[in-house]
Amino acid sequence: MAIQTLIGAVNDGLRTAMRADESVLMFGEDVGLKGGVFLATGGLQEEFGKERCFDTPLSEDGIIGAAIGMAMNGMKPIAEIQFQDFIFPAFDQIVSEAAKLRYRSGGQYTAPMVIRTPYGGGIRGGLYHSQSGEAYFCHTPGMKVVIPSTPYDAKGLLLASIADPDPVLFMEPKALYRSVKGEVPEDYYTVDLSTTRTVLEGEDVTVFCYGAMVPVVEKAAAQAAEKGISVHVVDLRTLLPLDEDGVIEAAKKTGRVVTVTEAPRFCGYAGEISAIVAENAIEYMEAPVLRVTGFDTPFPNTLEHHYLPDARRVIDAIEKVYSF
Amino acid sequence: MMQPSTTDPAKITAMHTILNSAGETTDGYDPGLPDEELLHYYRSMKLVRAFDDICLKLQRSGRIGFSIPNLGIEACQIGAASALRKDDWFFPSYRDFGMALYHGVKAVDMMHNMFGNAHDSAKGRQMPVHFSFTDPIKFASISSPLGTQLPQAVGAAHAAKLRGEDTVALASFGDGGTSTLGFHSALTFAGVWKSPVVFLCQNNGYAISLPAHEQTASDGYAIKGMAYGVRAVTVDGNDVFAMREATLEAAAYARAGDGPTLIEAVTFRMGGHSTSDDPSTYVPKEVVDEWAQKDPIDRFEKFLAARGLWDAAKGEATTAECLAEIDAAAKEAAATAPPKLETIFSDVYEEIPAHIRKQGEASFELQKRLGEAAAGDGAFPL
Repeated sequence: MAIQTLIGAVNDGLRTAMRADESVLMFGEDVGLKGGVFLATGGLQEEFGKERCFDTPLSEDGIIGAAIGMAMNGMKPIAEIQFQDFIFPAFDQIVSEAAKLRYRSGGQYTAPMVIRTPYGGGIRGGLYHSQSGEAYFCHTPGMKVVIPSTPYDAKGLLLASIADPDPVLFMEPKALYRSVKGEVPEDYYTVDLSTTRTVLEGEDVTVFCYGAMVPVVEKAAAQAAEKGISVHVVDLRTLLPLDEDGVIEAAKKTGRVVTVTEAPRFCGYAGEISAIVAENAIEYMEAPVLRVTGFDTPFPNTLEHHYLPDARRVIDAIEKVYSF
Repeated sequence: MMQPSTTDPAKITAMHTILNSAGETTDGYDPGLPDEELLHYYRSMKLVRAFDDICLKLQRSGRIGFSIPNLGIEACQIGAASALRKDDWFFPSYRDFGMALYHGVKAVDMMHNMFGNAHDSAKGRQMPVHFSFTDPIKFASISSPLGTQLPQAVGAAHAAKLRGEDTVALASFGDGGTSTLGFHSALTFAGVWKSPVVFLCQNNGYAISLPAHEQTASDGYAIKGMAYGVRAVTVDGNDVFAMREATLEAAAYARAGDGPTLIEAVTFRMGGHSTSDDPSTYVPKEVVDEWAQKDPIDRFEKFLAARGLWDAAKGEATTAECLAEIDAAAKEAAATAPPKLETIFSDVYEEIPAHIRKQGEASFELQKRLGEAAAGDGAFPL
């Protein structure tokens, strides 16, 4: 077991998958010789050759469209979209083509593929290198949406996504690429999709989060503990299809719920969690179900630290529901 | 015979005709095909026309909501399809289903889709004409948005190339499709990757109501290939032999590992965009009259007649046979039950996830308690 960064675990996962299965292909912009702008695909072209890890022309629509065709014809494509902010030219291919192919063809054609993309703020990337667009894709039947927050999960969820028979959007929290480290097994293993992870057992308040918000919530939980509030932290890990039963159970446990996302609030993922809790566990609730999210503004540059939920904002919400 | 080019605009834009409107072939061309294959071309084109005729009646009488007519472009479909093998890939538009008929997809299986019934291969999930077949050819699921199938065809072709197979992918689309993101992406990728793809642009004059000269300022559509480094050629789309030869040549080039070809088939959509569209409001009558003189089936009949394979009586008999086949298919499809409610919830994913299962169970329970939801009249405006 080696200690790895999150991006190291992604690279390890890709390498492991490509060693295990010759049909696995990795492609996108600058992923070949350069190894990707974040170096997530570093060394892959060297090990697997240009036929299995290659650069594409600069067209997200072309990358995803071609990935669909490869998947239909027996390959296991992993397409990298350099920044999630750049994914929108491919929105049609993802939402109306890949996600619906199994359904609209009556199960005759499928598109088992993984779209990897770094998302989120915290790198001073401004509004075109910082967005969290998961809600757009979670509104798409047929897609799976996965976001890891630890190196262990990054490798295990990535390998599970690659093995999955349906298209998976694998969103990597770029703020955590090198800031979190953890033990990662060297061999092949998977972490089941559609399962939540209990980050911290607690009794007073339940906080749901994912991706780059997990360490933020952990920090807030530690501060809350000092104030005598026991926080139960759940990492959702797979946003679609969500482990709803896991969410409902965790909500019932404390009767006080906060959801933290860095994406904008309106029609966002935190709203979905609030609705699930309201529909299934309202009788257990001791306080309003709160959201701590990015603002309903475009993502700012200089003041991004004000936009992104931090421990300060999370603990404020925790105290509100705790003292209600 | 064809002279596709990547660099010479004169060669790219020169129109290639083999079988002219008088039914004569150029320079003593002989397709080298047995009589039964020539008659299969004929019957396939007539079958497309019969399918259109019956579907129009079904739509007008409210039995189906929508259909896509192919009048005038039958030779594009049959000529191109005849040049491809059964193990090749078809990435069609919604005006290409003659290709499926040519390769032996049964009319009744297409009619099941027109009615969206329990035997529809798409399980009633798509509107009519959005076919999807895997047998006897890979006729990929049709989308309504234009151009999306083009980069997918490049991907499928690239996969075959990586495995060392010699199959090709045909991506078929209309003149409107050339303005899409998919066209640009696909030709960019296929040019760089030398993908074994045949891009077939059927320039049928109009994209719904938009005439070709308002779709592009370029000199036709084939010329667009030049900028992508994709070889291109312009072909008379009402000439089944020119279509066959151009596609055969492009497929051979692709199979040899030399890369893609863009074929512009110049033709004309004699009917509306769909059964809900009245083209007389935007297509000048004289244009229609002019193209009526170039009908692909008329000229093929003259060719067959010169070979002793056709006369008026045989033509009428073929028409009657085709109409009877399609009519029987329509009757069978009409008598088939709609899909079961369960089919709304399956095939979203390989396994039905918990949240969709719960929604399904809730809807079954609601149906038991409150009865079935009322269906609308299904009139489609486009």
